[in-house]
Amino acid sequence: MMNAISDALIITKRQLLQLARVPEVLIFSTIQPIMFVLLFRYVFGGSIDTGQPGGYVQLLMPGIFVQTVAFTLAATAVGLAADMQKGLIDRFRSLPISRAAVVFGRTLGDGVLNIVVLAAMGITGFVVGWRPSSGPIMITLGFLFLFLFGFAMSWVGVLIGLAVKDERVAQNATFIAVFPLTFLSNAFAPTTGMPKPLQYVAEWNPVSTMVAGCRQLFGLQNEFGATAGSFPSDNPLLMSLIYMVIIMAIFIPLSIRKYSNAANK
Amino acid sequence: MKAVIAENLIKTYNKGSVKALDGLSLDVEEGTVLGVLGPNGAGKTTVVRILATLLSPDSGSATVAGIDVLKNPEEVRKVIGLSGQYAAVDETLTGWDNLIMFGRLYHLSAIDAKRRAVELLEQFSLTDSAKRPIRTYSGGMRRRLDLAASLIIRPKVLFLDEPTTGLDPRGRQDMWGVIDELVKSGVTLLLTTQYLEEADHLADEIAVIDHGKVIARGTSDSLKRQVGGERLEIVVESENLAAVKEIVARVSGSAINVDEGLRQISAPVTTGSKALIEAAKLLDEQGIHPLDIGLKRPSLDDVFLSLTGHVAEDKKEEEVLVGRGRGKGK
Ligand SMILES: Nc1ncnc2c1ncn2[C@@H]1O[C@H](COP(=O)(O)OP(=O)(O)O)[C@@H](O)[C@H]1O
Ligand SMILES: [Mg+2]
Repeated sequence: MMNAISDALIITKRQLLQLARVPEVLIFSTIQPIMFVLLFRYVFGGSIDTGQPGGYVQLLMPGIFVQTVAFTLAATAVGLAADMQKGLIDRFRSLPISRAAVVFGRTLGDGVLNIVVLAAMGITGFVVGWRPSSGPIMITLGFLFLFLFGFAMSWVGVLIGLAVKDERVAQNATFIAVFPLTFLSNAFAPTTGMPKPLQYVAEWNPVSTMVAGCRQLFGLQNEFGATAGSFPSDNPLLMSLIYMVIIMAIFIPLSIRKYSNAANK
Repeated sequence: MKAVIAENLIKTYNKGSVKALDGLSLDVEEGTVLGVLGPNGAGKTTVVRILATLLSPDSGSATVAGIDVLKNPEEVRKVIGLSGQYAAVDETLTGWDNLIMFGRLYHLSAIDAKRRAVELLEQFSLTDSAKRPIRTYSGGMRRRLDLAASLIIRPKVLFLDEPTTGLDPRGRQDMWGVIDELVKSGVTLLLTTQYLEEADHLADEIAVIDHGKVIARGTSDSLKRQVGGERLEIVVESENLAAVKEIVARVSGSAINVDEGLRQISAPVTTGSKALIEAAKLLDEQGIHPLDIGLKRPSLDDVFLSLTGHVAEDKKEEEVLVGRGRGKGK
């Protein structure tokens, strides 16, 4: 067990070392969400009336945080598919290490990357007017929630990456999956403008419950279109937790099994 | 003692429609080199992956260093080294980073991992490039680093899957040198190749495989003998062909082959150099000066052709492999 953890940390360290060797990766994966913050803040910010003190940016930041960590799924899938494609997974599997180490190490590494990116976005948000009002403990809790959500999504990415075994396929497949997920939600605009069936989907979408939950934790009252009365909109934090537990309970064992048989087909 | 035993391995893909291994059996004596020789698609990678615990066969059994590969894969992984057909090291990291990472994953202490990395870089002439990303390495350097990574724990059994495919002649020579050194140190090696001369050069014994089965095995010499003994070959000017045929008939007596295009006359001989000397004497007496004269033993190409009914096609495969680059994700 101790070996499994230290093995996983070696894999995580490898990923951080990669960032040190090719810093462009870190720079661009930070610039992109920062750019989103600025674009949404100044492009939509003027035209969406939120009735919220401090304006659109208060609602936007939790939305864009959640969107960004949701994309951990893509990062993990692409990274593992590349390792698969290059035969690195084969080499790892021929080593006397725990079957969980490589995939755990990868999800941890992507988690660390998320911390850096969230920090950069938070600072940018603050510069353009984001003022969470709930105090340091709640704010920390909010970021913890975001980190956990990214971690859960990362495990979905593990399974996809190991299954498709091709970097470019992984890239395309995950973007197609994650983009609608993040837009069919309350992240950027009220769900009340959507057709009824979509509203229903948006309400139960884990991205929406995460966004609503984070808005609460960052001290906002208005959940931005989450119509009161349904279970997920009344209990976004609880619902988000349930989602994360379900995702991890399903995808962690599946991913580890997939890794163990990675090339049996 | 046998360091590797594989018995009756069967592996199919795509629900049985592709038979990668069709009852393959082989073994490797401890401290020796077995060359598994076969054309592309013969099943070489599949058998290596099974022995290295990466893949389970549909049926059959295997042991490595006396350990059951199917029942006890974790133990097998502690005693093997694997260097695959596609160099599997992290390209964004440096050679040094890679060796340290793999050393740590083999549970060496930080100090031991460093010590071993220094040794291996030295052994494989990579010390000067240790701090460069693998991305910037030549194909040959990449392969050497990959091989170094598989030697970190001084494995009892080493598997090398086509270690020189895709390398230029210079890279291949270097790699052969490196492998020669390893073999001297007493490691048991199972090496696959599509190159006949490579098996000839590196292996103590050769198992020729085709369509997932071993179709012949033995030392390179015994395989060649299996195909036929020595042949006397003489190349002369066209106008002398008839006269020389007479001479060869007196020395050899049977199955004389005349190739007018090559201006070559050849025939099997049983008396070796005696036949050669006699033929030379007779030629000299008649004042014929051959363009070339010699005893030829069959090449492994001949072996392959006579065993499988098709040539090894290694030239063609090489082009295909280079063209496809490194993207053969399986
Ligand atoms: N993952 C796979 N799916 C389907 N067929 C495969 C797979 N891997 C190998 N094969 C097939 O199995 C046969 C043996 O392949 P392989 O062991 O890679 O041969 P070699 O290494 O000798 O070139 C080939 O016909 C190949 O196409
Ligand atoms: Mg192969």
